[in-house]
Amino acid sequence: MAIWSTEASSGELTIKIQGRFDFSAHQEFRDAYEKVSEEPKGYIVDMKETTYLDSSALGMLLLLRDHAGGDNSHIEIVNCNPDVKKILTISNFEQLFTIR
Amino acid sequence: MDTAPLTVASPEEPQETLRILIADDNDSDRLILQTIVRKEGHTVYTARDGQEAIDIFREQSPDIVLLDALMPNVDGFEAARTIKALAGDDLVPIIFLTSLRDATSLADCLAAGGLDFLSKPYNRIILQAKIKAFASMRRLHETVQRQRDEISLHNDRLIHEQEVAKQVFDNIAHPGCIDAPNIKYLLSPMAVFNGDLVLASRKPSGGMYVFLGDFTGHGLPAAIGAMPVSEIFYGMAQKGFSLQDILREINKKLKRILPVGVFCCACMYDLSFRKRSAEVWVGGLPDILVYRKKTRVIENLPSRHLPLGVVDNDRFKTETSVIPLDFGDKVFLWSDGIMEATNDRGEMFGEDRVRDVIASTPDADAIFSAIEAAVEKHAGRGEQDDDYTMVEVTMVNEEDMGEYFSDRGKSFLAGGPKDWSMTYELRPQTLREFNPLPLITHLLMEVPGLRPHSGKIYTILSELYSNALEHGVLGLQSDLKASADGFARYYLERTKKLSDLYAGSVKFHIDHHPVKDGGVLTIVVEDTGPGFDFKAREQASHKKEGYSGRGIPLIRTMCRSVRYLEPGNKVEVVFDWHVDV
Repeated sequence: MAIWSTEASSGELTIKIQGRFDFSAHQEFRDAYEKVSEEPKGYIVDMKETTYLDSSALGMLLLLRDHAGGDNSHIEIVNCNPDVKKILTISNFEQLFTIR
Repeated sequence: MDTAPLTVASPEEPQETLRILIADDNDSDRLILQTIVRKEGHTVYTARDGQEAIDIFREQSPDIVLLDALMPNVDGFEAARTIKALAGDDLVPIIFLTSLRDATSLADCLAAGGLDFLSKPYNRIILQAKIKAFASMRRLHETVQRQRDEISLHNDRLIHEQEVAKQVFDNIAHPGCIDAPNIKYLLSPMAVFNGDLVLASRKPSGGMYVFLGDFTGHGLPAAIGAMPVSEIFYGMAQKGFSLQDILREINKKLKRILPVGVFCCACMYDLSFRKRSAEVWVGGLPDILVYRKKTRVIENLPSRHLPLGVVDNDRFKTETSVIPLDFGDKVFLWSDGIMEATNDRGEMFGEDRVRDVIASTPDADAIFSAIEAAVEKHAGRGEQDDDYTMVEVTMVNEEDMGEYFSDRGKSFLAGGPKDWSMTYELRPQTLREFNPLPLITHLLMEVPGLRPHSGKIYTILSELYSNALEHGVLGLQSDLKASADGFARYYLERTKKLSDLYAGSVKFHIDHHPVKDGGVLTIVVEDTGPGFDFKAREQASHKKEGYSGRGIPLIRTMCRSVRYLEPGNKVEVVFDWHVDV
C-alpha cells in the first residue's frame, strides 16, 4: 500500500492509492490531504491501482469529505476497478462523491 | 486504565555492581579470577566444584556464573545444566572457563547451556568486556521479561474488561426474538466487538422487525454504537413505530454521536405474517437474497441507501422495497463478512458461491447450514473469532409458529392500559396557553397496538378540538373562511379572541375498551358554546367548495361513526381498530 498526492496548477489535489486501501492507510491518507501548501479547489481520488477497499477506507473517504467542506466539497473518485466500484455502490457513495 | 510506561534499560549504563559466582577447582586460577573480578567492583562468590556451585547458586542467585569445565564431583557441564534449570525463565549467563582448545570440547560448553567460554590463562581486558556484555544481555532479557509480563497483565485486564462490557452490551443489545422458530442466525459470541449487531422484535400489530448492522471498525469503538441502536430499535418497535420512523431515529442519533468516518451499514426487515409480505431497507450491506420456495428462484434486493450515521436526516432516505412472500419463502441478510471470507488464494466467497450452494441444496431448510459450512470450508478455518453474521427469516403461517408467538404475542399485547376511560376538561387559562393534543395522543399511544393509527387519531382529535374551541367556545363563524381573504381574517380573530378568553371550556371524554386483536376508541368532545344546527350542516356539507368544512367529512371516512348530540355542542366519534391493518 502506498499513497501519493500531487497538486495540479488548476488547483486540484490528486490522491493516488496503490494496493489495499484499509485502516493501515489511515495516517498516510490523512497526510495526503492535510499536508498541502494551499487549500485545493477540489480533490481527485485516483483508485486506478487500488485493489481493495474496506469499510474503514469508506470512513476515511468521509473524513476527507468532511475536511473538504462536507456538502460543499468537490471530490471525484476515479478509475475504480469493478471490486472497488461495487463496494462504493453498495454503500451508495455516489450520493456523496462524484464517481467516474 | 492506567498504563505504566514500558521502559527499556539502556545497555550502555555506567559500571554496575554485579554478583558473580566463580567455580574452579584450581585454587590459584580461582584466586586470580576472583582478584580481577573484585577489582572491577563486583561481589564474588566462589565454589571449588560443581556441586558447591549449584548450592551457592541456589542460595545467592548470582547474576553471572563463571564455571570451570572440568571439576571433581559434579563437572561444569552438569552444573551448567542444573543451574539453567534452576534459573527457569531468568537468563543467567554462564561462561565456561577452560584450558581446552579443541572445537568439540568448546562446542560441548555451549551445548551444556554456556553462552560463551573464556580461555585460560585469563586476559583481563577480554574478561571485563565479556562480563560487561553479558550483564547487558541479562538486563535486556529482564526488560523483555518485564514487558512480556506487563503485556500479559494488560491483556488479562483487557479481556476482563471486554467480558464485563460484553455483559452490559448483551443486556442492552440483546437479540430480542431472534430465537423465533422462523429465524436462523449466525453471530459470533464476540460479534459486538466486531461491530456486528443482530436485533429482532415482535411488533405490537403482529409481524416482526429484524435489524442487521455492521459498524465500521472493530473493538470498543464499533461496539459503542450498538447501544443506542439497540435501545432505539426495541423502544420504538415495541411502541409500534414504523420501520421508517425507527430508521430515521437511529440515523439521527448515530449521525450526532459518531465521529465522521464511523457509521453503520445496516438492513432492516419488516415481516408481516398477515399481509404475507415484507418491507426492506438496505444501506451499505451486500444484496439481500430472497429465495422462493416453490420455484427455487433467487431474487436480489440491493442496497439503495447510504449507511446509517453518514448524512443528516434531511438527506436521509427511507424508501423501501416491498416484496410479497409465500409460505416457505426465505430471506437472507448478512454483513460483508460472509461475502468477503477469503480462501488461501485470496478469492472472496462472494454471492456466486452463495447462489451455487443454494442451487445445489434441494432441501430449503438445509440451505442455511449449507452456506455456513461452505463459507467455513472456503476460508479453511473453524475457529470462532470470525465475523460471519447471517440471518435467515422464513415466511410462515403465524399459527405454525406454535407456542412461541402465541405466548409472546399475548404477553406483548398484554402490557399497557387497554380498558379505561377519562375525562379531561380544559378551562380558559389552559385553552389560552396549552395545546392538549400531543398529551392526549401520547396517552392514547400507551394502548398496546394503537400506535400505527396515531396519524388518524391525531387528525380526529385535532379536528374535533378546533371545532369545539373555535366555533363552540370562541364563537367564530366558519363562513368567514369561504374566501382567501376571510381565511386570514379568521385566524387573526381567533388569536385575538383566544387571548381575551376568560369563560368557557372544552371537555374530552375518552373511552377505550379492547376487543379481539384490537379495540374500540370512543372520543366525545363537548364545548360550552350554544351548539349549532348540525342537521342542516350535514345536508349542506357535501356541496361546499370553500376553505372550510372538510374536517368532519374526512373524519367520517376514518371512523365507524361520527354523531352530534343535541344541542349541537357535543360530538361523539367511535373508532374501531385492529392490529396489522
